[in-house]
Amino acid sequence: MPDAPGLELIRGEIERDHPGSVLATSFDREQPALVVDSEQILAVLAWLRDTPGQHYTFLSSLHVADYLPATPRFAVHYELLNRDRVERIRVKAMLADPAAEQGAPGTGVLPEIDSCVSLFPTANFQEREAFDFFGIVFVGHPDLTRILLPEDYVGWPQRRDFPIGGEPVTFTYNEHNYG
Amino acid sequence: MAEPIDLAEDRTKEVMTVNIGPHHPATHGVLRLVVDLEGEVVRDLRPVIGYVHTGIEKSCEDKSYWKVIPFVERMDYVSYFFQMEAYCGAVERLVGLEIPPRAKYLRTLFLELNRIHSHLVWLGTTALDLGAISMLWYCFRERDRILDLFEMATGQRMHTRYFQVGGVIEDIPLGFEAKCRSFVEDMPVRVGQYEALLDRNEVFLQRTKGVGIVSRERLLELGVTGPLLRAAGEPWDLRKTFDYLAYPELEFQVPVGTVGDNYDRYRVRVAEMVESARIVGQCLDALPEGPFIADDRKYVLPPRSELSTSMESLIHHFKLVTEGFRVDPGEVYYAIESPRGELGCFVLADGSSKPSRVHFRDPSFVNLQAFEDMALDSYVADMICSLGMLDPILGGVDR
Repeated sequence: MPDAPGLELIRGEIERDHPGSVLATSFDREQPALVVDSEQILAVLAWLRDTPGQHYTFLSSLHVADYLPATPRFAVHYELLNRDRVERIRVKAMLADPAAEQGAPGTGVLPEIDSCVSLFPTANFQEREAFDFFGIVFVGHPDLTRILLPEDYVGWPQRRDFPIGGEPVTFTYNEHNYG
Repeated sequence: MAEPIDLAEDRTKEVMTVNIGPHHPATHGVLRLVVDLEGEVVRDLRPVIGYVHTGIEKSCEDKSYWKVIPFVERMDYVSYFFQMEAYCGAVERLVGLEIPPRAKYLRTLFLELNRIHSHLVWLGTTALDLGAISMLWYCFRERDRILDLFEMATGQRMHTRYFQVGGVIEDIPLGFEAKCRSFVEDMPVRVGQYEALLDRNEVFLQRTKGVGIVSRERLLELGVTGPLLRAAGEPWDLRKTFDYLAYPELEFQVPVGTVGDNYDRYRVRVAEMVESARIVGQCLDALPEGPFIADDRKYVLPPRSELSTSMESLIHHFKLVTEGFRVDPGEVYYAIESPRGELGCFVLADGSSKPSRVHFRDPSFVNLQAFEDMALDSYVADMICSLGMLDPILGGVDR
């Protein structure tokens, strides 16, 4: 892992090439993370992948976390791995919830971020999963459809404000007749 | 009056869409494949998943940390010890809990037994797909011995809930070591017998050699890990590269293939079984004395015997069982080498006694993306073989 000073060096180098892209860094529980402006996510990921000396060529995992009630609310996490030096780094792209910002929750406006499938083909299924559960739109994804839930499903169930047990029961014959 | 049939028309170029699954024995679970066929050749392929999605990740957000363990075990239901280790390891890193050496070795031991178990299930079912029915019985015979060992140590044959945050729930019982050693001694012999059955079987060789080749560059692009990647010649194994549990102190080799066809995938897994048996033996030899679980009472249940004598223990026990322990805000991604590749667990803590997000980077889910590359422009029968060699566990894919 890059240590805390190493992380600051990476931040400085990215900032030189892409000013304003890194918003913050964190080094929590021995795990380095770059908090990145979601507008410039592709530039940062490409920089980390292609710059000599960095070569974070392997995207281990892409997942989303919902930090409700904090703002910005969502973060797309990219767990990058350099397989030569065996180093991991996490890139977090913060995403605000546009529905909440417009003062009208539930308007169906979804947060958007650029898809990284062109850089990391492995992100295909994982971005679809993130879309499926959090309603985050990955712009430029080749086939952004629901992957695990049925395609006619309504709602984004992994969001923190989606209730557990909010699911209507489909088969109620026994409940009606013998319940 | 129907159209007269033109018998001279060449129908071999006609593309036909065929649906396979979701309930089909050859799809190894509830996987649906929509396949475009030209004659018998696969021209397009789309896996449709989600039939066993049960919302485990969401359910975990409503459970205190220690109650999440049995949930995550049921994701990839063949490698439950790995799910437990990924989750418990992530929580231990969140709270900064060091586990005692004996727990490290016990965990390693059970993980490797589980790896053999998982590979045996894979070998039996995949050989069955290729028509070798007897392999299923032989593999499940050995698998049953592993399940017996699990039952002996943990009380359960599957979904054991043996790993806890801080260590393991209890020590191995008397007689376990002897039974385990006899298994470890038998296993390489058994693997030799499997090889004798399959490696000189002309049908098996013709069905697997040169089939389903994907280059290692493409596999890396697709994020494929585990035996599939190693079969293509990339010696990437998290047990060697990352420092976790007792692996740095153990001696084992990482089998790799050369061309990355289905035969290599078979060879790599079979060789891994022998290496895993070696690791289990070494764990038994080097098993350190001492506690099997950390003694930090804020996270770990006090021993049963203390409850009737110590008020302090009773309070800790009560707090842990009712509310569970709280974890300071933070997030951790912890990855281990499961039988199918990199199994990562992401846990986000918000300061309460329940995780705010539990996410599993399941290797089957990611590896499934390589299926198209493996099966395209091959025969349907080879597609079934490739799917078996891919070894997806749909419980893990769908979560």
